[in-house]
Amino acid sequence: MKSFRTASGGLIDRARRLQFTFDGKLFHGFAGDTLASALLANGVHLLGRSFKYHRPRGILTAGSAEPNALVAVWRDAARYTPNLRATQVELYEGLQAESQNRWPTLACDVGTVNGLIAPFIPAGFYYKTFMWPRRFWKSLYEPLIRARAGLGRAPTAADPDRYASRYAHCDVLVVGAGPAGLAAARAAARAGARVILCDEQPQFGGSLLTDAQALIEARPAGVWVHETLAALEQNARVTLLPRSTAFGYFPHNLVGVNQKLADHLTLAPPHLPRERLWQVRAREVVLATGALERPLVFPGNDRPGIMLAGAARVYLQRYGVRCGSRAVIVAGCDAAYQAALDLHAAGVAIVAIADPRTSADGPWRQAARQAGLPSQERTTVLGTRGRLRVSAVRLGRIDANGTVSPGATVSCDLVLMSGGLTPSVHLFSQSRGRLLWDDTLQAFVPGAGAERERSAGACRGIYALAAAIEDGAAAGRAAAEVQRAALPMQHTTEAADGILGALPARKQPSAQKAFVDWQNDVTTGDLALATREGFRSIEHVKRYTTTGMATDQGKTSNLNALAIVSASLGKTIPEVGVTTFRMPYTPVSFGSMASRARGDLFDPVRKTPMHEWAQEHGAVFENVALWKRARYFPRAGEDMQRAVARECLAVRSHCGIFDASTLGKIEVVGRDAVTFMNRMYVNSWTKLAVGRTRYGLLLREDGFILDDGVVARTAAERFHVTTTTGGAAGVLALMEDYLQTEWSDLSVWLTSTTEQWAVIAVQGPAARKVLQPLIEDIDLAPDALPHMAVARGRICGVPLTLFRVSFTGELGFEVNVPADFGRAVWEAIYAAGQPHGMTAYGTETMHVLRAEKGYIIVGQDTDGTVTPDDVGLGWAIGQTKPDFVGMRSLARPAMRTAQRKQLVGLSSVDPQIVLEEGAQIIDTPGQHPPMRLIGHVSSSYRSAVLGRSIALALIAGGRARLGQTLYVPMPHGDVPVQVVPPVFYDPKGERLHG
Amino acid sequence: MLLIECPYCGKRPELEFVYGGEAHIARPAAQMEVTPGQWAAYLYARSNERGVHAERWRHTRGCARFFNALRDTTTDQFLATYKIGAARPPAGPAQESP
Repeated sequence: MKSFRTASGGLIDRARRLQFTFDGKLFHGFAGDTLASALLANGVHLLGRSFKYHRPRGILTAGSAEPNALVAVWRDAARYTPNLRATQVELYEGLQAESQNRWPTLACDVGTVNGLIAPFIPAGFYYKTFMWPRRFWKSLYEPLIRARAGLGRAPTAADPDRYASRYAHCDVLVVGAGPAGLAAARAAARAGARVILCDEQPQFGGSLLTDAQALIEARPAGVWVHETLAALEQNARVTLLPRSTAFGYFPHNLVGVNQKLADHLTLAPPHLPRERLWQVRAREVVLATGALERPLVFPGNDRPGIMLAGAARVYLQRYGVRCGSRAVIVAGCDAAYQAALDLHAAGVAIVAIADPRTSADGPWRQAARQAGLPSQERTTVLGTRGRLRVSAVRLGRIDANGTVSPGATVSCDLVLMSGGLTPSVHLFSQSRGRLLWDDTLQAFVPGAGAERERSAGACRGIYALAAAIEDGAAAGRAAAEVQRAALPMQHTTEAADGILGALPARKQPSAQKAFVDWQNDVTTGDLALATREGFRSIEHVKRYTTTGMATDQGKTSNLNALAIVSASLGKTIPEVGVTTFRMPYTPVSFGSMASRARGDLFDPVRKTPMHEWAQEHGAVFENVALWKRARYFPRAGEDMQRAVARECLAVRSHCGIFDASTLGKIEVVGRDAVTFMNRMYVNSWTKLAVGRTRYGLLLREDGFILDDGVVARTAAERFHVTTTTGGAAGVLALMEDYLQTEWSDLSVWLTSTTEQWAVIAVQGPAARKVLQPLIEDIDLAPDALPHMAVARGRICGVPLTLFRVSFTGELGFEVNVPADFGRAVWEAIYAAGQPHGMTAYGTETMHVLRAEKGYIIVGQDTDGTVTPDDVGLGWAIGQTKPDFVGMRSLARPAMRTAQRKQLVGLSSVDPQIVLEEGAQIIDTPGQHPPMRLIGHVSSSYRSAVLGRSIALALIAGGRARLGQTLYVPMPHGDVPVQVVPPVFYDPKGERLHG
Repeated sequence: MLLIECPYCGKRPELEFVYGGEAHIARPAAQMEVTPGQWAAYLYARSNERGVHAERWRHTRGCARFFNALRDTTTDQFLATYKIGAARPPAGPAQESP
């Protein structure tokens, strides 16, 4: 195999030869190579197939702007990374890479057929094609499109690697370590600033890595970079981040920087994370992100072997690789001649230089002429040939009035093109800075900023090396000294050098394939179609044609697309405007974004002190807010229905034990605690005696139920407030809100004690018999501790607050002990309960038991539009209070009409039918949509003790409908139900007071 | 992520805070006296400012205190933060970054 490596030169380590494979074939490269440079050195240009037409594609660029050369790198099933830019993949010993979007092989790809039917699949064809017939969408179109969509494939196993994240603060963050960035970092560091300097490449230096012989401060650039870096490395206040892409600019100078730590190593040490996500909060940011080279738009400009002229220089100077043997240069700017000269000097035959410009001159062009390179001006490219690699270029002559006539066909194996530079303003634009069109420069440059940042060097159009370094140094100094005033815009003397938009052509855009966006296969024809079909806004053209919407974010395509669209609309570029730049600058892995927040660390899990006991006893858990709660305790062979029926009957006939620890608990303490409680809750608390509890109801200011719970007065100025499990944090926040912002005169302290207490509910006729022997100093007799009383004492020798409360309708107690004693006390009660038939029950049984009694669950039987009266809790409202949250809203006429939805019970006529929760209710059967819906089922269960189904529902004017038959429309027909009172079991409440 | 200056704790990242809606909307003292229109305005009418907006924040994962802030909704820059009960300060230039 012929080698395209030069005999010497470049920054590669020729002493370290590396072996790698591409599509299974063995190759060799050197340390310091990228996958792209190593393949080019082996004469490989065909790297992949394009997204839409499956056209053979090669390497276009030498960096992160690469739209074409996307490959997958395989380490194992879990470490398979698709869509990596070969131009950024660092070579390591044993690297295994493969091409994508081809089948069966890269050279012979069946998908190429798309290219033949290209006239039928122009921009937006899927919007027009897949509309009819409608039923085909689910069964045919969508599966078909999904199978074809996407580039690359996902790894098949979970990612085993570790990803780290870190916050960092600095005075000056410098993004980009090219000449301007290095100068900025050096100046800022010299001024004493804490500096972070990041660059996406493994080596710092940017364009200087290619131009190592350029002179800076009277020494070669390579030496200058080395000295500058050495000084920065020795400075303890400077952090250097190579392989680190600043991918996003967020408000208040927060910059996301993704650092690759291990992907360039054959075997990463186990302690090393694969990537690290830095969130850098910088006092000042210096953007030195450089400029990107633009391709030229001409027919057939996408074949392998056609690449950017500047990229070919990079491969030559930095990697010692000649990209071909016979090169045609399409020169849209002066720098293209520099590439021609460099390649010529390295032994590449320059067979033609076609310059489409009518009048152009520049130092490199003159030098090329002096060197005798064959250059022709007013020459365009009419087409190219070559299936898997370019083999010839058809030139065209542009005459004085712009007409193009056919010219010579030149055979070659390499076409280098350059349309000039585009300042890389992505991060500046992300920071909400305003872009300005610079007519002289023919480019968008940073205008008024929105953050504390400044751009320096090529990213604001200052391309000349000395000027860029001076600009960087000034920016670094200013940032370190926090001079907010904008630096004067000092342009290079050079005028615009380059070409925007498509080259002159002979045919209509639709008759040829001149690519604008390589990655999404968007041609000039697609853009012309979009404007012809009436798209005027560049944002709409972008979405319709998908130009600039690929993973490369249109780095090489946006400005050309904009120029083509504005030309066809007859407007100027600034009139058409620019699309929005969004993060990430280059793709960031999900692993890095997720960082440690995966698996067990994804979301906190709250467990009660009795969690392990429940686990050991076979509980099935459910998520309630962040808590894990035992839902039911199935015994061998039991499903949920049978387990719940057994648990329900046990509570009703003997006794049950239930973990209620997740209920929110708030201590309300202070001189004004009563006043505060009176204002927050609808109830009146003034007369509640110490040692008594009351059912508390909390509204929002709009009068609707927010939360409920039992509130105990444990001292004259102390309340123990309980809330729903999910509402705990919100209730405390609401209380704090009123206390801090409305009633700051009140002397009250609020403390969450949810996790300080383990709460064990003991419910059922035998509850007293079970508990009394364990409790030392509280008399549980009905007279001594009546329903809704609270007392302090000791159980099993540990401090106890005992509530006599019931959410089941049975005689009930809630044992509150310090959380650490929870499990021990639970086990003691459970053991003492065994002779009395005690059964552990879960939340599902709790739900059934409370529904049998018509007790509501906030959020299930209420939905944010329910007043206390709607659910029959109007009695709870303190009628003589001057003020409570929601009071004024309850006085609105609409809150008092008889037609409001009210809580009622439903008995299905067939007792075996369990209604579906959420089902709608109608008043006459046999209706067809649209039906008049008068309410919905909010709770529905099978009641073991009643031997039938029960349901709660909110129905318009429900209490006046008692006895009526209503209907629940279901797919198989209307289910007749009878409206009944919401209390199904023990309506007189005798068991509660037992 | 915004950088927010808590008047009690200093500059902290946004994830320590919870947004609390528009500031300076006082709960009517004699609420039963107000007209339905006034009450509806208290409950629902908000200025939805394009520009300098006085708003409440709570340093929930810090000192847990509510405070007020002036923020330019077009730039996300804070012009001032101040304690509950203090008068709304005049909107000056944006606060210094970190």
